[in-house]
Amino acid sequence: MFHWLEKHPFFFAVAVFLTIAFAGLIEILPNFAQASQPTVGTKPYTTLELAGRHVYIKNNCMGCHSQLIRPFKSETDRYGHYSLSGEYAYDRPFLWGSKRTGPDLMRVGNYRTTDWHENHMKDPAAVVPGSIMPAYRWMFKNAADIDTAYAEQVTVNKVFATPYNTEIPMADGTKATVPLAATLDEAKAAALEEAKVIAADMKDQDVKDAVAAGQVPEIVAMIAYLNSLK
Amino acid sequence: MENRPLEYDYTVAKWFMLTTVVLGIVGMLVGVILAWQMAFPAVNLMAGEGLAEYTNFSRLRPLHTDSVIFGFTLSGIWATWYYVGQRVLKVSMAESKFLMFLAKLHFFIYLLVVVAVVGSLLLGISTGKEYADFEWPIDIAVVVVWVIWGMSIFGLIGIRREKSLYISIWYYIATFLGIAMLYLFNNMEIPTYFASGGIGAWYHSVSMYSGTNDALVQWWYGHNAVAFGFTVPIVAMIYYFLPKESGQAVYSYKLSLLAFWGLMFVYLWAGGHHLIYSTVPDWMQTMGSVFSVVLILPSWGSAINMLLTMKGEWQQVASSPLIKFMILASTFYMFSTLEGPIQAIKSVNALAHFTDWIVGHVHDGVLGWVAFMIMAALFHMAPRVFKREIYSKSLMNTQFWIQTLGVVLYFTSMWIAGITQGMMWRAHDEFGNLAYSFIDTVTVLHPYYTIRAVGGTLYLVGMFLFAYNMYKTMTSSRRVEESELQNASPMGA
Repeated sequence: MFHWLEKHPFFFAVAVFLTIAFAGLIEILPNFAQASQPTVGTKPYTTLELAGRHVYIKNNCMGCHSQLIRPFKSETDRYGHYSLSGEYAYDRPFLWGSKRTGPDLMRVGNYRTTDWHENHMKDPAAVVPGSIMPAYRWMFKNAADIDTAYAEQVTVNKVFATPYNTEIPMADGTKATVPLAATLDEAKAAALEEAKVIAADMKDQDVKDAVAAGQVPEIVAMIAYLNSLK
Repeated sequence: MENRPLEYDYTVAKWFMLTTVVLGIVGMLVGVILAWQMAFPAVNLMAGEGLAEYTNFSRLRPLHTDSVIFGFTLSGIWATWYYVGQRVLKVSMAESKFLMFLAKLHFFIYLLVVVAVVGSLLLGISTGKEYADFEWPIDIAVVVVWVIWGMSIFGLIGIRREKSLYISIWYYIATFLGIAMLYLFNNMEIPTYFASGGIGAWYHSVSMYSGTNDALVQWWYGHNAVAFGFTVPIVAMIYYFLPKESGQAVYSYKLSLLAFWGLMFVYLWAGGHHLIYSTVPDWMQTMGSVFSVVLILPSWGSAINMLLTMKGEWQQVASSPLIKFMILASTFYMFSTLEGPIQAIKSVNALAHFTDWIVGHVHDGVLGWVAFMIMAALFHMAPRVFKREIYSKSLMNTQFWIQTLGVVLYFTSMWIAGITQGMMWRAHDEFGNLAYSFIDTVTVLHPYYTIRAVGGTLYLVGMFLFAYNMYKTMTSSRRVEESELQNASPMGA
């Protein structure tokens, strides 16, 4: 059979393809629908948080920080409850990372504050002596891309039925709703309101001035995202 | 006509040889910068505060991985394809204007993609998935390049004189099919600009998969991009170049059959080993783990087949630096394909995952196996495409030993770093509290990061020697006749 295949390239290619495609079908398909179900209490991102998530990706934070707490005592002691599949239901892309040069950030919102992040992003080694993380001072200058974040919200709402403007059950039995603005201008206004809350806890005068003038620096969106990780 | 040797046309092979060398140096230079940044964070500011956004570790890291994978390695694969393909199929590119046109188109679109990738990664335009960082416009261009290469492969096969496909061709076909399938499925994404009716950045997209599913597809891709980019085509090379250079027949045809079909069947399952103790179902993790161990068989099958090809001719390893490169590559392949399965065992993975040991594993595979084999292939091709002897044998030897030392420093330091870090993360004191804060597990690694940076720098020095040797071969080496090009490549002192 193999000799015959080696003289018939088309059938050879078909045989190779079937051999390699087989494993993917069996491994990936059976669990697909189940794995995309959210856990109780998992909400989609607001416009500002999503813009912050884009800043996180733009600067490849996942190159050094994981967002996956494994079910070991040493990890739950350090980072909190181990990760559940449904907690990632609205993460496109997933940001588990593959290397922990720095600590896991899956639940960083539980134990770090706006103030801490501000100081840390400006000069990591001043907050954590010995840190090898670079400073991210340009985030204090660059403007966050609210437009693209809103475009993504509209897209996931339309294409994947991500539940914006829908009551979502919370762990404590209450309901929460994450609004999706009807227009881009409304989305920008809502993001700015969120940004003002973050900026109120910050010290950097340039950032405060920018937000007061109706702009959203990257660092504000970034902190909104980090605070949402719980 | 049929009695005369064919005049092969190496135009496109030469172009890809050039990009292999250039992108190899770029990718490894960026890698060395990253290594020094981890040892000495001040290097993040090497171009000043103003450019820090573009020179800091996190922005440069994808540029390193992508330029080594999609720059250096892919160029090497294509340089060898446009050389090996013609020779084992017994047909010249010059015989078909259409295939020649396709090959040139292949090269130029690839160059455009390279420019687009470098620019977009520096600007931070990324989908956020490792080794699949490119946004949708680049993905489309990549698919175009890939389809053209596929037409080129099957076009050349279509007009072949040698009816039986040689082993290397099996592996090139598998590379083409494997990457095509993986790349397409993993990069399924929706451009937000169009879906939202023209809002925001036109190039931005959102993944079709979310969370755990996205992770599953990504590592099915990520692991097998290694399979079909770093293993399969490199095996294609060694099956051609080692027998050619040594003048020895492949040791066993049956072993090559077993190794090929075994590799095809087993490799795809192993992707799950990147997700052990994550939120994907336990049975998938176990499958990933088990098949990773099974993978030793076909991997070692190829490697042993290559080593046994040298049976009775081991003196060539001492006398020819070119054979040295290939035998060391084959040995590192065995080493790396044993190390990988060990890391895929669940209890080992619990320790090794997220640490520098994984980084060490990748680099003994890529520096020791992939890069050594690609450089050996280019050395073997150079006298045949430029009709000149290799400029300097002693320079080759020097390069070989500098780079071998570099790899050894790299993986030994990363082993120690990774295991140290893994042990410290899990250490508890006698009351059951964590023994170390996270920063303790970072500062302790400084000496190992420094040793790694030195190892990487040595390897880069070797790359410059390689580039210089190739340049001199191309421009000023002694001209050789066809009769000198039978087996062992002619080399100057």
